[in-house]
Amino acid sequence: MGVDSNLPGTCAGRERDVSLFVDSVNAAGSLLLSGDSTLLEITVLSLRVSATATLIAALIGMPLGAWAALTESRLRTPIVVVLNASMGLPPVVIGLIVYLLLSRSGPMGLFGWLFTPTGMVMAQTILITPIIAALARQTIEDAHGPLRDWFTSLGLNAWQRILTLLFEARFSLAVVLLAGFGRAIAEVGAVMMVGGNIAGSTRVMTTTIALETSKGDLPLALALGLLLVTLVLIVNGFAQTFKARMERRNA
Amino acid sequence: MLEVKLRFTQPGALVRINRASVIVDGKALLSEINLTIFEGESVVVLGANGAGKSTLLKLCNSLISPSVGSVQTPPLHEQSLIFQRPALLQRSVLDNVRYVLSVRGVAEPACTEQAQRALAACNLSANANQSARTLSGGEQQRLALARSWACEPRLMLADEPTANLAPSAVRDVESLLHTVQSGGTTLVLTTHNVAQAKRIARRIIFLDNGKIVEDRLATEFFVSPHSAAARTYLEGESL
Amino acid sequence: MKPISHLVALALSAISLAALMPTAVAAQETTITVASTTSTEQSGLFGYLLPHVQKATGIAVKVVALGTGQALDVGRRGDADVVFVHDKVAEERFIAEGAGVERIPVMYNDFVLIGPADDPAKAAGKDIVAGLKAVYTHKSAFVSRGDKSGTHAAELRYWKMASLDPATEKQTWYRDTGSGMGPALNTAAAMNAYILADRGTWLSFKNRQNLKIIVEGDAKLFNQYGVILVNPKKHPNVKVEAGQKFINWLVSAEGQATIAGYKIGGEQLFFPNAAKK
Repeated sequence: MGVDSNLPGTCAGRERDVSLFVDSVNAAGSLLLSGDSTLLEITVLSLRVSATATLIAALIGMPLGAWAALTESRLRTPIVVVLNASMGLPPVVIGLIVYLLLSRSGPMGLFGWLFTPTGMVMAQTILITPIIAALARQTIEDAHGPLRDWFTSLGLNAWQRILTLLFEARFSLAVVLLAGFGRAIAEVGAVMMVGGNIAGSTRVMTTTIALETSKGDLPLALALGLLLVTLVLIVNGFAQTFKARMERRNA
Repeated sequence: MLEVKLRFTQPGALVRINRASVIVDGKALLSEINLTIFEGESVVVLGANGAGKSTLLKLCNSLISPSVGSVQTPPLHEQSLIFQRPALLQRSVLDNVRYVLSVRGVAEPACTEQAQRALAACNLSANANQSARTLSGGEQQRLALARSWACEPRLMLADEPTANLAPSAVRDVESLLHTVQSGGTTLVLTTHNVAQAKRIARRIIFLDNGKIVEDRLATEFFVSPHSAAARTYLEGESL
Repeated sequence: MKPISHLVALALSAISLAALMPTAVAAQETTITVASTTSTEQSGLFGYLLPHVQKATGIAVKVVALGTGQALDVGRRGDADVVFVHDKVAEERFIAEGAGVERIPVMYNDFVLIGPADDPAKAAGKDIVAGLKAVYTHKSAFVSRGDKSGTHAAELRYWKMASLDPATEKQTWYRDTGSGMGPALNTAAAMNAYILADRGTWLSFKNRQNLKIIVEGDAKLFNQYGVILVNPKKHPNVKVEAGQKFINWLVSAEGQATIAGYKIGGEQLFFPNAAKK
């Protein structure tokens, strides 16, 4: 790409911006068709890191949210406030904290997780656990309301209630999981810091988009962006189909 | 002050409430309740809205504790509570019944067998695999009954179970309740519907403003109520 | 109970997925972590160089690309085995602190002053100091990296040589973006502003819009790269043998020739100048 005589902000500039989008759609198409192995690598890594983080965050966040929904302790309101607020934790701050934790000079340096996918999983898990817990809490609380008195009349203990409610609200909780996954795979600040965006080992779709943008290769960056959005759409599509099949089975 | 749950001291007495009051936020929902319910009875608690009928039922079920006085009731696993709006799970009709059986510790295959029998008794076998949420109002209440049926409770408490139902559904539910009760289960039902009370009750407890105003045989109560409150109520309800 | 078995299955799959995460490379391969600069990475040098390194030494190099300041900081913390940056003053301080073993010159490239094609400040020429004075006088938009990188440090040195200090004076035409070379170039392209860049990043930068090279060839624009092994006495986890092997290869005849062989559009980017043995 040589020097472009179109100044930004002019009519010609806007035309160029439109052709930029067209270029990137073309680039996205040809990237996919070419079966570029680097693209496959970063896509698979993005999915693995975010899927693992979502699973771990669910294992921690859902019981936590369920507990918060059912507890009668006086700490309930402050816990709910903290949980809801923590959904807004800035990823870049989490990235910095995890980076300092995992650094060789830090308390968890022994594990050697800095600049590895495992470190990235840790950062994303910390990021989305509050989201999953807070949303699970609300979902389970809503499900609990109409069933509360009946549960009491059955003499259920807390653990039985939690398990029953987790299953009861399973469709809404699936959406909560998807929300967590979406947040994780879209994240760039924390994984950049903790992973180091190393070619061939910790480069994911979002960090590649950031890199290509900073190299000025905007069509490629946009193309990757389109692919990422498509990927998330596909994941959500699968989830919805699965849910529909389950519902039909129940009816 | 203390609530004491003991094995009943009087033979045949299932529920004993002794000078119990329930006070919430300074307001007495129930005052000075003295009540004994015997095994095998069919009791209807009658009264206007806000008289304290639901509160009395919750007292029997230990959903709430009295602020004053004592309550002796059978253990929870021998009781069953049916609500005005049935609390159903997002599962199939059959699985809703299987759920309570598994909570009671019944293992497969007995669990599924007993559930199917309960559904059959309540005329819901055809809906076994349907999602419980898709049932009609009357069918849902029959499912709640099937759930209770499956557990073979000694004491069944029903809080205005047909208040939301169409007349044909009301008939179905009442007939099932009758079957349950004639099988030996003690039935305590609340209603504000006098006609229903006449159909079901053998004993009437009339509540007014949180107090038991009358506690008599149904036949005698309806012929000549003792209290002014009851008289006014019955006149108002008869159309 | 069904829900419990679901939870157990979930737990198992999460744990196994996490365990499959490669935390260390497979048995036979040695890996080192090199903290380097964004300008070096974005010029494409490492993409070209590392396969040669692997073939010659069997070492897989993981490059973490950051600003010079941050790269040295990573080295200080022991999170990298080798640092490879281009800021002599900062590097010497790094050694003096005891964070690194020895500073070894490897190669140089040069900086260029980039600006709008029509050069409103009339800064063009072979003299960087004169060029910056022209920008200052004309109050033309100027983008600074402002991120303590080697390029930023160089930029500040040139302003000092011109006895000017737009940063401290908070001149409105001087835009301190606090970003890497690529993002800063993006900003300059969008603003049609002047900016100091390293030739390597400029040559591989694809979003030039209306910008071109305004000043080049001044000896003062010479940009020296040095490589340093992180001090194993401070951080016992440093892979001394592999790190040293990497450094030795860089300054060897083969390494130096490979560096010289990297070209973009027929133009050589980096000029090897390691001390001859």
